[in-house]
Amino acid sequence: MSVRPTQAIRFKGRSYFSLTLAPELPLAEWQNRLDAWLERSPGFFSRNSVILDVRDLALDKDGFLTLLEGLRERAVRVLGVEGGNADWAGPDLPPFMPSGKDVRTPDSETETPVEACVGANRDEAQAPTLATTGNAIRHASPLFIDSPVRSGQSVLNPDGDVIITGAVASGAEVVAAGSIHVYGALRGRAMAGAYGDETARIFCRSLEAELIAVNGLYQTSDEIDPALRKKPAQARLKHGMILVTKFD
Amino acid sequence: MGKVLVVTSGKGGVGKTTSTAAIGAALAQTGQKVAVVDFDVGLRNLDLIMGAERRVVFDFINVAQGDANLSQALIRDKRVDTLYLLAASQTRDKDALTEEGVKRVIDELRDRFDWVICDSPAGIERGATLAMRYADSAIVIANPEVSSVRDSDRIIGLLDSKTLKAESGEGIEKHLLLTRYDPARAARGEMLSVEDVLDILSIPLLGIIPESQDVLKASNVGAPVSINSTTSAAAAAYIDAARRLCGVPVPMTRPTEKVSMFGRFFGRRAA
Ligand SMILES: Nc1ncnc2c1ncn2[C@@H]1O[C@H](COP(=O)(O)OP(=O)(O)OP(=O)(O)O)[C@@H](O)[C@H]1O
Ligand SMILES: [Mg+2]
Repeated sequence: MSVRPTQAIRFKGRSYFSLTLAPELPLAEWQNRLDAWLERSPGFFSRNSVILDVRDLALDKDGFLTLLEGLRERAVRVLGVEGGNADWAGPDLPPFMPSGKDVRTPDSETETPVEACVGANRDEAQAPTLATTGNAIRHASPLFIDSPVRSGQSVLNPDGDVIITGAVASGAEVVAAGSIHVYGALRGRAMAGAYGDETARIFCRSLEAELIAVNGLYQTSDEIDPALRKKPAQARLKHGMILVTKFD
Repeated sequence: MGKVLVVTSGKGGVGKTTSTAAIGAALAQTGQKVAVVDFDVGLRNLDLIMGAERRVVFDFINVAQGDANLSQALIRDKRVDTLYLLAASQTRDKDALTEEGVKRVIDELRDRFDWVICDSPAGIERGATLAMRYADSAIVIANPEVSSVRDSDRIIGLLDSKTLKAESGEGIEKHLLLTRYDPARAARGEMLSVEDVLDILSIPLLGIIPESQDVLKASNVGAPVSINSTTSAAAAAYIDAARRLCGVPVPMTRPTEKVSMFGRFFGRRAA
């Protein structure tokens, strides 16, 4: 056999935005919440895989395996595990990750669907600039979108507000760490405070949304007061509930 | 240098092929040189609507792969002598088309014709993105119903991201052609209104084509409706749309059923 000169293997550095699923104790209760959530967003995990964050769970190996099994039954695909014990590692388990950079506040409750990212500001240097003072979050640069967001498109700003001068179509999705402002009709899905911010709000000139969410709390179009349909409105959280009010 | 138009919709069966043939024929009747190009590999239809199905010898894929030259493959219309068809292959796999092959054929057509009109397949997959790839301008076909409009919205998103014009930053021109518009059903509120569709899609309106038996009759005899029954409302609407494409400011007429309907319709809209 001829000896070939050694060829270097090339690795490329690339950073990805991923969602982290952080179960809470007691686990059984958290799983019930997850089931309820999955009922409203079926298919979400077929489009998005997650990092499982077990830092705060004080699990032993068996508990960890049970948790993974529970997720597998729900078709949640785990890309990697953060905060696990390196001794648990095994070939049939997801890899253990070093800790990632957080773009969430520590008190964030629910994770939020993200499909893809169109026109979002993905500048790595700017990404982890969320500063927390008490409960309030100082968001970095807003993302301006000057064209209509079309069906099938997603707009994501993991750093701050999203400001859209046109409409958001049915079948489109807007996700923001901060607030969402839509100066046209909002017909798709809007998720504000998606990384944990209960002060985030959604503003739109005509409320026709398929779904609105603030800090992980959802309302579907059926639940939105019909009197507000096609009206200029804002949505925010009050006493843990979504409150939608009309602008007069 | 001619202008390349793609006729596209996302949703199937909304009238892309009908519109490609009718607008192509209407433009050709003004003396301009027009090529209509079928991109629907495996499901070709344009040859039937043009009444040229028995005259296809070479097709788009033969030209794209260099097995035939364009002159051999172009089929000249028997009624309007500035109208030509480039047929799709019915037997080949749709992966036989490559981006480079399509570019070469489109470039050559652009040199030889005033208008090159590409009939896109339905869907948002490769066939549809190839058909729009080198277009200067798009005619987005929608029917006045929710699913069609949503798919058109999706296609507009692709036009704004996947075409060469969009990538170069120049942007692609888009026109909305609302087809199969039924004034009686519109009056009963059973379809989206023209305003609703325009509001959702927010691109300029090129025309409103009424639902019409004449379209079916024309396709059964293998003639574009704008040639077969020039006096029908559908043909008139296509002819107007073609004139607007040429920059003539033709006032937009809304298809109506009867005068009484007309009154009721506008009464309701004003409310
Ligand atoms: N204005 C109209 N009035 C009545 N029937 C129409 C009209 N426009 C189109 N049709 C009919 O609708 C059917 C579909 O039209 P056509 O083949 O042009 O659609 P298409 O968008 O090209 O479909 P595909 O996605 O399968 O390629 C045909 O039977 C055609 O005759
Ligand atoms: Mg067709």
